[in-house]
Amino acid sequence: MPDRHHTEVEEVTCREFVELVTDYLEGALPDRRLELVEQHLVMCDWCKTYLEQFEATVEALPGAAESESPSREAERALLAGFREWRAGG
Amino acid sequence: MSALAAEAPAWRYRAACLESPQPVEEKEPLTTHEREDAELLSALRGGDESAFTELVRRYHGPLVHLARSFGAGEAVAEEIVQETWLGALRGLDRFEQRSSLKTWLFGILKNQARARARRERRTVPFSAFAGGEGSDGPTVAAERFQGDGDNWPDHWATPPRPWEDPHRRLASLEAREQLRSAIAALPERQRAVVTLRDVEGLDAAEVCELLELSEGNQRVLLHRGRAAMRSTLEGLIDA
Repeated sequence: MPDRHHTEVEEVTCREFVELVTDYLEGALPDRRLELVEQHLVMCDWCKTYLEQFEATVEALPGAAESESPSREAERALLAGFREWRAGG
Repeated sequence: MSALAAEAPAWRYRAACLESPQPVEEKEPLTTHEREDAELLSALRGGDESAFTELVRRYHGPLVHLARSFGAGEAVAEEIVQETWLGALRGLDRFEQRSSLKTWLFGILKNQARARARRERRTVPFSAFAGGEGSDGPTVAAERFQGDGDNWPDHWATPPRPWEDPHRRLASLEAREQLRSAIAALPERQRAVVTLRDVEGLDAAEVCELLELSEGNQRVLLHRGRAAMRSTLEGLIDA
């Protein structure tokens, strides 16, 4: 079945590009594909914007880490376990 | 320097005396966090209780997250984390620091979660390992691209609008809350991969091993999760 995204001129369309972003960032694109993606980025400011937003999203994610603390009860139980371990139990 | 250094707790002094011989093989330079981990670990090996408490606090959040990503509810997640620490103490002698402390702890947690699932005789041990969520449908709404009848088929019809100063905007407390709820709203396996890779900072190989995913699958889940997150943020920023 012909792939309608692959026209006679070899190129990456915007619709394809957005699905290749992670492969691109992870260095997982085969050489030829990588070349086409990079060519597309030179031509397409919109996809460049999409890529920048994608990267900004990834960079913001560590900020979602929660600094949760164990409950007092849990900490007490762990300390008891620790003392037992230290005593060679 | 961190608050840790400012307080100069007992484990810091004791750690200096308990330094184990350096491994011959040179690895990547350690981050401050990893250096502190190494100091805490050697203090822990010497039986220092404050080092133990500090490590427990330091890793509580990440471990609870991982337990939840294996499908554990709140209370069960806490229990699994406890079992993980007790398991870590028992295995401490055998931990040679070839992997980071975090990766080692995560590995123990995974085994604890698995053992628990076996005990409870769940047929699907981890919902995070179940299939689905993989490769269906586009990650950007189809109507944002031009159709076959348009001038530029498959190019943007409604392109993204550049974000102004995203770093500042996404660092705000409010944005962090929104990031958290957006992560919570992701399908389970995507959430597990995004949490481990992008929130906790594990590398692809570690995540593949923990979640028993192929590299390709891991990337697909990561991509779908990240794309959904970008789309949520776009909705917030453009609003």
